[in-house]
Amino acid sequence: MATLENDRAGVAPWLLSSPALLLFVVLLFVPLLLTLMLSFKVFSDVNGIQTTYTLANYVAVVTDPYYGAIFLRTAGLAIAVTLLSALLGVPETIVLARMRKPWQSWCLLVVLGPLLISVVVRTLGWQILLGNNGLLNNALQALGITSEPIRLVFTMTGVIIALTHVLVPFMVMSVWATLQKLDPQVEWAGLSLGASPFHVFRRVVLPQILPGVLSGSIIVFALSASAFATPALIGGRRLKTVATAAYDEFLGSLNWPLGASIAILLLIANVAIVMGCSRLAEQRFKHIFE
Amino acid sequence: MSFLTLQHISKKYGEFTAIEQIDLEIERGEFLSLLGPSGCGKTTTLQMIAGFVTPTSGKIMFDGRDITRERPEKRGMGVVFQSYALFPHMTVDDNVGFGLQMRSVKPAERRERVAQALDLVRLSGLGARYPKQLSGGQRQRVAIARALAMQPKLLLLDEPMSNLDAKLREEMHIELRSIQRSLGITTILVTHDQVEAMTMSDRIAVMHRGRITQISTPFEAYERPQTPFASSFLGKTNTLSGEVLVRNARCVEVEVAGLIFDVPHEGRSMKGRVNVYIRPEKVRLTDHEAVARTRGRIATCVFLGNQWLLEIETGLGKLSIARPNFGPPPPAEGEEVGVLWDDDDLRVLEVEVSRGHA
Amino acid sequence: MEKNGFIGLAFNALFLTFIALPLAVVMLVAFTDKGFISMPFDGASFRWFKAILNDSDILDAIWLSTRLAFVAATIGAVLAVPAALAIARYRFVGRGALTSFFLSPMMIPAVVLGIAFLRFLSFLHLSGSLLALTATHVIVVLPYALRLILSAAVGLDRDAERAALSCGASRFTAFRRVVLPMIKTGVAGGWLLSFIQSFDELTMTIFVATPGTITLPVAMYNHIEQTIDPLVASVSAVVIIGTVLLMVLLDRTIGLQRVLIGDAR
Repeated sequence: MATLENDRAGVAPWLLSSPALLLFVVLLFVPLLLTLMLSFKVFSDVNGIQTTYTLANYVAVVTDPYYGAIFLRTAGLAIAVTLLSALLGVPETIVLARMRKPWQSWCLLVVLGPLLISVVVRTLGWQILLGNNGLLNNALQALGITSEPIRLVFTMTGVIIALTHVLVPFMVMSVWATLQKLDPQVEWAGLSLGASPFHVFRRVVLPQILPGVLSGSIIVFALSASAFATPALIGGRRLKTVATAAYDEFLGSLNWPLGASIAILLLIANVAIVMGCSRLAEQRFKHIFE
Repeated sequence: MSFLTLQHISKKYGEFTAIEQIDLEIERGEFLSLLGPSGCGKTTTLQMIAGFVTPTSGKIMFDGRDITRERPEKRGMGVVFQSYALFPHMTVDDNVGFGLQMRSVKPAERRERVAQALDLVRLSGLGARYPKQLSGGQRQRVAIARALAMQPKLLLLDEPMSNLDAKLREEMHIELRSIQRSLGITTILVTHDQVEAMTMSDRIAVMHRGRITQISTPFEAYERPQTPFASSFLGKTNTLSGEVLVRNARCVEVEVAGLIFDVPHEGRSMKGRVNVYIRPEKVRLTDHEAVARTRGRIATCVFLGNQWLLEIETGLGKLSIARPNFGPPPPAEGEEVGVLWDDDDLRVLEVEVSRGHA
Repeated sequence: MEKNGFIGLAFNALFLTFIALPLAVVMLVAFTDKGFISMPFDGASFRWFKAILNDSDILDAIWLSTRLAFVAATIGAVLAVPAALAIARYRFVGRGALTSFFLSPMMIPAVVLGIAFLRFLSFLHLSGSLLALTATHVIVVLPYALRLILSAAVGLDRDAERAALSCGASRFTAFRRVVLPMIKTGVAGGWLLSFIQSFDELTMTIFVATPGTITLPVAMYNHIEQTIDPLVASVSAVVIIGTVLLMVLLDRTIGLQRVLIGDAR
C-alpha cells in the first residue's frame, strides 16, 4: 500500500497514535496484567484476598469436576449454536445473494439490524416467547401439537435457540463477504460444461464459500463460548456457563482470584481457538484466493 | 440447412430493448465474429445462444434441434468467458476435465483428453497448478482448453482477449485461428476490436444497437460497408457530403464542393444528399498538377513506423491519408501538395435519416 | 447467479420471521393494558410507556446511558482519527501489532474485560466514578470507530492530497481542507456506531457499574432477573425505536451496508 511518506515514517505515526495507545496501555493492558496476577493470589473466605501467590486457583478450575461440567456445557453450547447458525445462516445468505436489489437490501437490514439492538432486549423477547405461558407454548397448544407446555426456559435448548438468534447474523456477515468475491460467470462456466444447477452449487459454489463459513463459525463459536447475558437470563442460576461462573465467583462469592483464573482461562481458550483455526483455514485455502 | 440459425430473435428487459431483431445463419466449421461497440447487444446474443439468457421472442435452431428454451447445461457448447471464469478452488487439470467429469468419462480417458487439450493450447506440464498461480495469458489458455476438452460442436468466445496486452493478443489471434482450423470447430467470437474480427473470421456480423447491420467477409465488410456506421466502425475513413447529379449505368455523378466524382453505385438507388467515403490508404500524394484531383496544405504529419499519417487541408475539407513507409518521406507540415485517388475506390451511401439516434 | 426458487424464498421468509419474532413480541407486549405479560390484542394502551415517565430509576438510567454513550463515542472518535491516519498512511515497524492491539477489545470476551476493569478500578479506588466507567466504554467502542475510519482513510485518494500540495497548500492545510473532509463520513459513521455500541453495552458494564452508575441495559438486566413485566417491554420498545432511528441516521451518513458488512463493491 503506497503511503504519502514511504521512507521518512519515523516518529510521526507513533505521535499520532499515542493518545489512543496511552489509553489502551493504561486501561487495557495493565488491567489484564493485574487480572493475571490476581488469578495467582490466595483467597480465604474469612480474610479476603491475601498477598501470597499460588497455582491453586487454576488447579481447582482444571481439576474440579464442578468446573469440568461447566466447561463441557459451555463447549457443547458453543458447538450446538455454531452448527445451528451454519445450518440456518449459510442457506439464508445464499438466498440473499440471489435476490434482486430492493428486496436484498431490506432483507439484509432485517437480518443484520438486530446486531445494533441491545442483547437484553433480544433476550427479553425470547424469555417472553419461551416461557411456560409464553407465546410459543400457547401457539403449540392452540395448534394441538402439544397438550402441555414444553419447558424451554431454563433449559439448554432454550439457551441454544436464543443464542443462535443473537449470533446467526455474524455467520451471515461472514458468508456474505465471501459470496461477494465470487465471480458470477464461474457458475455459468459450470453450466456450459454440462453440470446441472445442483452440481454447480455443490462442486463450484460451495467449495468457494467454505472459507467464509469457517471464519463465521470461528466467530460464532468464540462469541457463544463467552456469552453471558443470554445464558444467564434464559439458562438461569443452575445452568452455568464459563462466563456466568466467572460472574458468580467475582460478584457472588467475592472470590476474585478464582473468578480471575476462570476469566484468564476463558481468554486463553478464546484466543487460542480463534487464532488456531484462522491459521488453519488460511493454510488450507490460501492457494485459492489472492 | 445451416448449422446454427437465429430466427427473428429479440430480447427486451422491461422497457429496454437489448436486441431488436437478429437473423443469423452459421455454417458448420465457420468462424464468425459478432463485431460492434459496447452496448450493441453482441454479448447478449452470445448468452442467448449459450442458454444463459432466454430470448423474448424468436427461435434458435442448432443442428436441426430447436434449442430456444433448452437449459444451458444440455446444449454442449464450449464457452470461453471474458473473465475466463476458471474454478479457483480446482487445479488446471480439474478445471479442464470438469466437462468430461460431467459426462461421466472414465478417469483414464479423462486424463488423456485433458492432456491433449492442454497440449493443444501449449500448457502441458502446468496441470497441477491453481489458477491463482498462473499469468493472465495462461489462464486464458486454460479457459480455452476447458471449453475444447469436451469436444463441443460449437465454440463461443466472449471477448476472451480483452484482458491481454497487445502483443499477447496478436499471438493469440493467430494461435486461436489455427486451432480452430485444425479442429474444424464452428466458432462464434464476440469482440469490439475490428482487427481481431478481421484476423480470425470467415465472416463478420457487424452489430449496432441491437441489430445486425451487415454480414460479410472481412474484405467485403471493410471495402464495401453497407451503412455509415459500418464505414466508420471498421477502420478509418474520410466522409465527404455531396449531392447526386446524374445516375449512369455503373456510377453516379456526385458533386462535392465543386468537384465531380464518379462513384460506383453497385445497383443501389442513390438520390439527393449522400456521403462519399474514401479510405485514407486509397489517397495518394502527387506533385503532378495535371493528375491531382485537388490540392491542399499538410496540417499534420505523423510517423508510425510502418506508415505515415497525414492530415491535409483541402477545398473538400480535412482529408486523412495513410502512406506506407516506402520510398522518400512525404513533404513536411505546412507544405502544399496535390492528392489523387481512383474514383472506383470510393463508396457512396445515402445520408441516414435520423431515426432518433445519431 | 441463479434466481431464487420457491423453496429459497420460503426459507427466507421463515428465517426473517425467526429474526423478527422476539423483537416483534417485545414491541407488542409493550402496548398491553394489563399488569402482566400479555398480548395487546384484547386491550392496548400506552400505560406502560407512561409508567416509564414515573420510574425515576429507569429515567436516570436512560439519561446516564445517553450521556455516557455520547461522551464515549466522542472521545473514541477523537482518538481513533489520528490513529487511523497513522496506520493508513505510514508503513512502520509494529504497524500490524498496533492495529491488532487497538482492535483487540473486540476479540476479548466481554466477561474478561469486565473482570479486568473491575479489578483495575477497585485497585485504584475508582469504582464508583463515572469518568472511569466512561473510560472503559471508550476502550470497548474504539475498535468499532477505528475500523470504519480506517477503511475511509485507506480508501483515500492520495493523489488529491498531492494535487493540493502541488497547488501550494501547506501539509497542514492539505490535511485540513482535503483529507479531513474526505474521511468525514467515516468519522460520522464511526461515531454513530460507537454511540450505539456503548448504549447497548451490557456484559462488561455489569461488572463495572455501581448503584450510582447504572446504565440502561444493566438496569433492565437487574429488573428482568427479578421479574418480567410489561414495563421492561415498553422500555425495550423505546430502545428498539431509538435504535431504528439511529440506524436510519447511520444509513444516511455512511450507508448501513457498509457498516454492517464492510465496503460495498
